[in-house]
Amino acid sequence: MKPYISLFRVRLLNGLQYRAAAFGGLATQFFWGLMLVFIFAAFYGEDGYSNGFSFSDLVTYIWLQQAFLAFIFLYDWDNELLEMITTGGISYELCRPVNLYQVWYVKLFSKRLASGLLRFSPTVLIGLLLPYPYNLSLPHSPLAFLLFIVTLFLALTLLVAIAMLIYISIFKTMHPGGSIMIFGVIGEFFSGLTIPIPLMPLWLQNVTLYLPFRYTADLPLRVYSGHIGTQEALMGIAMQIFWITILVTVGALIMKRITRLSVVQGG
Amino acid sequence: MISFQDINMTYKVAKRQQGLRAALKSIVKRDYTYVEALKNVSFSIEEGEIIGYIGPNGAGKSTTIKILSGILVPTSGDCSVFGKRPWDNRIAHVKNIGVVFGQRTQLMWDIPVIDSFELLRDIYRVQTADYKKNLDELVEIFSLSEFINTPVRQLSLGQRMRCEIAASLLHSPRILFLDEPTIGLDAVSKVAVRNFIKRINKENDVTVMLTTHDMGDIDALTDRVMLIGKGQILYNGSFEQMKSKYTNIDEQSRTIEEIIAEVYEDFSI
Repeated sequence: MKPYISLFRVRLLNGLQYRAAAFGGLATQFFWGLMLVFIFAAFYGEDGYSNGFSFSDLVTYIWLQQAFLAFIFLYDWDNELLEMITTGGISYELCRPVNLYQVWYVKLFSKRLASGLLRFSPTVLIGLLLPYPYNLSLPHSPLAFLLFIVTLFLALTLLVAIAMLIYISIFKTMHPGGSIMIFGVIGEFFSGLTIPIPLMPLWLQNVTLYLPFRYTADLPLRVYSGHIGTQEALMGIAMQIFWITILVTVGALIMKRITRLSVVQGG
Repeated sequence: MISFQDINMTYKVAKRQQGLRAALKSIVKRDYTYVEALKNVSFSIEEGEIIGYIGPNGAGKSTTIKILSGILVPTSGDCSVFGKRPWDNRIAHVKNIGVVFGQRTQLMWDIPVIDSFELLRDIYRVQTADYKKNLDELVEIFSLSEFINTPVRQLSLGQRMRCEIAASLLHSPRILFLDEPTIGLDAVSKVAVRNFIKRINKENDVTVMLTTHDMGDIDALTDRVMLIGKGQILYNGSFEQMKSKYTNIDEQSRTIEEIIAEVYEDFSI
């Protein structure tokens, strides 16, 4: 465990020093959130419901999404790893007595955790203070809040497992742009970050049930507001664990195979 | 202690002719060429030696180092380091070796050197007492105390290279592979790095294999050189002999570089 804890510590240290970036990110998330709230407000009818999803639930969904972006948003790439793959810095990584999949997983996980923990509180605070109906509501119940924490943590765990597959695919293509673009767009859409899943047509909602993406964002965000009830939340947790197990196993296997065959580029 | 037997390494490289037509064609059907980076390479190295490994760019030096450190699996042939095949159990193997790739960095750019060292300590699971002893010794040998708390991005290249070599010795490896450790360094730093390597080899009994384009490194450091060209070992023996063979009485003022260029020409590599 020690190497991984140490890696986590160093990544946290590293992440903590980019204060300007953190403030910049904060401002972007706040204005982006505000913009989304107003766009959806324009589409919502007089009764404040759309597809059975209340406007107040939607606003809460958007503020949480902006606050915890680092935990749920696939489209956040680690340039250090990308550079390592495409320029051959990976030589050093392979000279270490550790499992490459585990090391990279910890690196990605800790970077997102650091960035999320640093940034979420101001957005949540501002969201809570905004006037009704544009504010972040309190959690539906203490139980819903607890389930939100659990599903959010599992969401991050699952998201990193998905991201790992993308990094692994770059070994093959040697061109980060392609994999990131395709997975980024697909992942964002099916996790409900473009349009919240309850606002999608029913057939599309059913499609999302069979993909891992909605368990990385949609599930925790709606558990918080009680739009997803306790029983469904527990089912969701089971699905999260299912996907994490599958994707981590597959990723680790491919990584093992690929590092034995990979050719490190350049002198 | 290290042996390399009949190693072949062939890379498959996609290629295409110039022009739009060829580019379109390559979408459907890719042409590959096979590049033989190593052809039946054999050699052995004894414990405590400093071996210089020289040859022009693209001769196969880095490929050899990557095979020895377990990163690459050769197409055919066998290799043994301390009686084991490097790629059979990469994780167990790399605990015994230290590697410095002069053109890359293993230190984290934005944090102080000491933090990178501590991370390496934990990654290699070095015992606290051993780490303390090694660190004190390396700080003394490489004179790191002035800048060990400085972020890597603020170090000069010479300072950084000293840190890089120290970093690869924290886990007391028995062999050190140095891939162009003096690249880009000024004269003073070069001499310093050479002295460090000599000291490490003598005092800690670390076997060193060094690739370089700087013949000064070879002259100052090595007991034996291996010359590789076009994937084959062309010369394996004392550097003095190689030099004297190419130096005539009337041209004693020739530099080592000129001699080496002539050797390369002679072997047409």
